[in-house]
Amino acid sequence: MGWRMTTKFEVNGKPVSVNVEPRMTLADCLRHELRLTGTHVGCEHGVCGACTVLVDGEAVRACLMLAVQAEGAKVVTVEGLSNDADLTPLQKSFRKHHALQCGFCTPGFITTAHALLTEEPDCDADRVREVLSGNICRCTGYIGIVEAVLDARAAYKK
Amino acid sequence: MKLPPFEYACPTTLNEAVALLASHNGEAKAIAGGQSLVPMLAFRLARPSLLVDLRKLPGLNEIKIGADGVRLGALVRWRDIQDDKRLESAHPLLKAAIAHVAHYQIRNRGTVGGSVAHADPAAEMPGVCVACDAVITAAGKGGTRAIKAADFFEGALTTALKPDEIVTEIHLPAWPAVRRSGFQEFARRRGDFAMSGVALFYDLDAGGKATNAHIGTIGVGDRPRRLAKAEAALNGQAVTEALAVKVGEAAAAEVDPQEDIHASAAYRRSLTGTLCERALLAAAR
Repeated sequence: MGWRMTTKFEVNGKPVSVNVEPRMTLADCLRHELRLTGTHVGCEHGVCGACTVLVDGEAVRACLMLAVQAEGAKVVTVEGLSNDADLTPLQKSFRKHHALQCGFCTPGFITTAHALLTEEPDCDADRVREVLSGNICRCTGYIGIVEAVLDARAAYKK
Repeated sequence: MKLPPFEYACPTTLNEAVALLASHNGEAKAIAGGQSLVPMLAFRLARPSLLVDLRKLPGLNEIKIGADGVRLGALVRWRDIQDDKRLESAHPLLKAAIAHVAHYQIRNRGTVGGSVAHADPAAEMPGVCVACDAVITAAGKGGTRAIKAADFFEGALTTALKPDEIVTEIHLPAWPAVRRSGFQEFARRRGDFAMSGVALFYDLDAGGKATNAHIGTIGVGDRPRRLAKAEAALNGQAVTEALAVKVGEAAAAEVDPQEDIHASAAYRRSLTGTLCERALLAAAR
């Protein structure tokens, strides 16, 4: 223990510098070092998708990435996808379609859906299901989540 | 659980990376996307003393397509393969197989080099390598060597790589425009590891009969392999529904499946036959 490294990257538009053990995952670093507890840690081995964040614009599992590997990267967490003024179109759509119940998995679904809709605002239901297959929800049965993502497409079209 | 402690290095040259791997008495591991290695660490199935991150090594993230085939740099991600339109004609079997790799988020970080070095028996990339007679290039202290895919995979999570060696490139031989191919796998949930999978291709001779048949399996047995008897049943024949059934039966008879919590050996055997039949019919269409 004790072998630590200073790592600098950007989180939600702000530069951060952390001094962490190399074994610390990006998910734990966000939660414990940066107090960004919106990123949830479920399975810790890359199966459940709850810890999904955006790294340089792409959705990745923050439990399968070391914090030290984020050096120089632009990280966006679920906190970075909201604003204080109002719910975002994606959040509104989740509320409208009852796309969450307990809410544990929701940050992973929001970040994944945001990445998908940003890249592919014209995606169809099959594609939404395919992409969301990497996130597990034990409450909703997924129907509402798929509908919410499909309904939010309009807000992402340029 | 939390990962075991290790030191970390992020070299900028291949020589430096090899020297780091060689310096830790076989206790150092290379990490690329980490999508297989980090779960291994989380389960404490791997406890390296040093992780050597390959992400800054230059020139390993390119997909080169030429007359001699497709060359994938070790750091090419699943995402890069999916985004590369050229591969639809340059290697349709690779393209079809990679659509089954894990999930969206994992495909943004997982690499081809990492997959072959990890050598999961159910993984798609090792299966494509074996089915297509790929050549895997590895760089180590002793220089660079080319390893045939059939010799590279030695068992579950076991390869011919030495502790100081890093996969640098995977070369898939050229794909003739008229070649027929099919890929089928079955998992209970989308993105899960396959309980069985079949990657196959064949060429057509002047008389429209199948020739140069290559039939590979994943998820049955401890490594991907080609099925010589099923290939023999296909070579020289016109592909019909009846022949597809026959080749599927030959494949089912030839595999040596394991039994685990996901499926019995008998189920895997039967599944392999069905998937082979379907892949062949898809190829013929």
